[in-house]
Amino acid sequence: MQRIGVFVCWCGSNIAATVDVEAVAEALSHEPGVVFSANYQYMCSEAGQNLIKDAIRDHQLTGVVICSCSPRMHEQTFRKTAAAAGLNPYMVEIANIREQCSWIHKDKAAGTEKAIILGRAAVAKVHLNAPLVAGESPVTKRALVIGGGIAGIQTALDIADAGFEVDIVEKEPTIGGKMTQLDKTFPTLDCAACILTPKMVDCAQDERIHIYAYSEVEKVEGFVGNFTVTIKKKARFVDETKCTGCGLCTEKCPQKKVPNLFNLGLDTRRAIYIPFAQAVPKVATIDADYCNMLKNGKCGVCAKVCTAGAIDYKQTDQHIEEKYGAIVVATGYNPIKLDSFEEYAYAQSPDVVTSLEFERLTNAAGPTGGTLLRPSDGKHPHTIVFVQCVGSRDTSGCGKPYCSKICCMYTAKHAMLTRDKYPDTEVYVFYIDVRTPGKNFDEFYRRAVEEYGVHYIKGMVGKVAPQADGTLMVQASDLISNEQLHISADMVVLAAAIEPDKSARPLATMLTASMDTNDFFTEAHPKLRPVESPTAGIFLSGACQGPKDIPETVAQAGAAASKVIGLLSKNKLTGNPCVARSDEMLCNGCSSCEKVCPYGAISYEDKEFRMPNRTVAIRRVAKVNPAVCQGCGACTVACPSGAMDLLGFSNRQIMAEVDAICK
Amino acid sequence: MTNSQELKETLARISGVDVRKCMRCGKCSGTCPAYDEMEYHPHEFVYMVEKGEIEKLMASPSLYKCLSCFACVERCPRGVEPAKVVEAVRLLVIRQQGCNHMTPDQIPALLDEDLPQQAIVSAMRKYSK
Repeated sequence: MQRIGVFVCWCGSNIAATVDVEAVAEALSHEPGVVFSANYQYMCSEAGQNLIKDAIRDHQLTGVVICSCSPRMHEQTFRKTAAAAGLNPYMVEIANIREQCSWIHKDKAAGTEKAIILGRAAVAKVHLNAPLVAGESPVTKRALVIGGGIAGIQTALDIADAGFEVDIVEKEPTIGGKMTQLDKTFPTLDCAACILTPKMVDCAQDERIHIYAYSEVEKVEGFVGNFTVTIKKKARFVDETKCTGCGLCTEKCPQKKVPNLFNLGLDTRRAIYIPFAQAVPKVATIDADYCNMLKNGKCGVCAKVCTAGAIDYKQTDQHIEEKYGAIVVATGYNPIKLDSFEEYAYAQSPDVVTSLEFERLTNAAGPTGGTLLRPSDGKHPHTIVFVQCVGSRDTSGCGKPYCSKICCMYTAKHAMLTRDKYPDTEVYVFYIDVRTPGKNFDEFYRRAVEEYGVHYIKGMVGKVAPQADGTLMVQASDLISNEQLHISADMVVLAAAIEPDKSARPLATMLTASMDTNDFFTEAHPKLRPVESPTAGIFLSGACQGPKDIPETVAQAGAAASKVIGLLSKNKLTGNPCVARSDEMLCNGCSSCEKVCPYGAISYEDKEFRMPNRTVAIRRVAKVNPAVCQGCGACTVACPSGAMDLLGFSNRQIMAEVDAICK
Repeated sequence: MTNSQELKETLARISGVDVRKCMRCGKCSGTCPAYDEMEYHPHEFVYMVEKGEIEKLMASPSLYKCLSCFACVERCPRGVEPAKVVEAVRLLVIRQQGCNHMTPDQIPALLDEDLPQQAIVSAMRKYSK
């Protein structure tokens, strides 16, 4: 018979206001096996924990029931308390009488009754608890960063700085991400390339960092500390070890009409290309969709001009398997497609551009060499209308329900820089709200208005109509003067909402990392664990977790790196002892459990069993790898013969809880 | 219950519109082709209903200037559907006047494949006051 102690927490008024805690403690003291029962204002406080420790020692408790908040909140706390008093931590059970009782009930009598029932169920379970000892597993001291934008770069640099090896997997031919396409960065207006490219070079030169550019993660197996990842290195048709990045092939290639994706299709490039001058690695890549040699075997110019002999038309995709202790997701974002916003005439007029396209049109390395020219006729625009919230804060189904966060600031930047460089240009910004929280952000926006004379108009553009004379008629509301405006504009710039990169969803499935309805990765706790995924060993960096500007992304990247460093600096990890176990005597080797196991933790072995009359039979039985098992319990439900059981959550324990509730 | 609150609830029931969803972006008024004709503009309709100033709207000629083109419904990023509010205020007026019906035999002659059905219904209600 267990000797059980019951501890009922008030949680200040969180529980005590809706649950008569004294009545609960009193009622549970009469349960079988309960030898001690108490209530206290804050059981998680030092005094509360001492109360538990003293009771364990004074009353020789073998089991503890804490009636308090959710086990997600303080189970670890109370397990540590029990362990400090010499009790096996898995002899502690939590009855959740806060989230599942006091917070959702108003009637104190009903709340008290329910709290007693929940406590009784926990007592019934503790009777069947057995001490559990967690296993240990080693840690592979190497990290994988998926995505080589500013988030991934900063995370990798910080991890490497602590002395650990890091691999970056980037799907594009070069690292750098979206930041390479930006011209200036708010609020200090330093040039994006000037602050980013040194970091890219640092990545390339750090011997602890290995860059897999033009590569994708294809398969992830294992668990925290012991991931095995298959990386697909896509064929570039150029030998990376030989290419010197001289760029001669990119000048001689006769296929000139390939849309230049780095400039968002605003100009063209060759079929063999280096995305931009500061690319890392600075290696040419052949675009197989456009290369004449690869398509029909007629050309071969690049191979002829390459003095290094780096061109290899026969190159194929390579698959590399690597082991990692931690994985950081840094897959970033993209502007949404604007197909469902016909009113802005984005598809009809080349002079209606997105803000990212506008960045390229003002960038010295862009299609216009940094001079702002209208895409339709190459003339200087004299009136520019910026439209904010295009697809952001949109619950109609066309866009995204969230605020994209970065648009207010980059639009202020675009407007300010346009007025600075071309004072003869009238600039209008239509806004719903100007959201500029952040250090020196609001001051920046006010400078655009007060110093640079940008016309900020509270209202929304309803329609953009291309006119016969090449201008764009912008019809909008001005809510403050309560009038409808008609502006004849030369260019319209749309601040398109941002969304997670499309590669994020399949990646989340591979990593068993959770996502929200918008495909942003979910953090383990929105406030207290913002850079960790709920899946152990998976960390989050940058806009894959939510819209973020560069300063925030860099801060989060550093935070993710510090979590990774914390993990990799451990030699061993303590596992979760609540894993599945198969009863060999009951198992009939049907493979049902193996099929449902999402972690691949179950295998089979042929085992000898002694049978009556000194005979021996060989039977196929299931075996669980406790290091891989995550304790989800799927196998226990699938097993037709009841051989699978989850330690700490056995079928008997759960039935005992149900019985106690139904009593 | 005051008259204003009663009207607000009736209007919500007729229109099916939750005016609290409005985030005051003004896209409805930015898109409205009859804007200059109207005393109260689409965004004001939504706001005034929220404030309970429905009687003012009922007395306004704006009610009969709305083209029922539903551009505001189409483009509202929050799914507020301002044209349905305008239509509901019109219905409030019609109901007060006891003319909340029309003869079905008038309908076929007015049908036009290019017109949204709701626009035909709205139009008929507008002119049968």
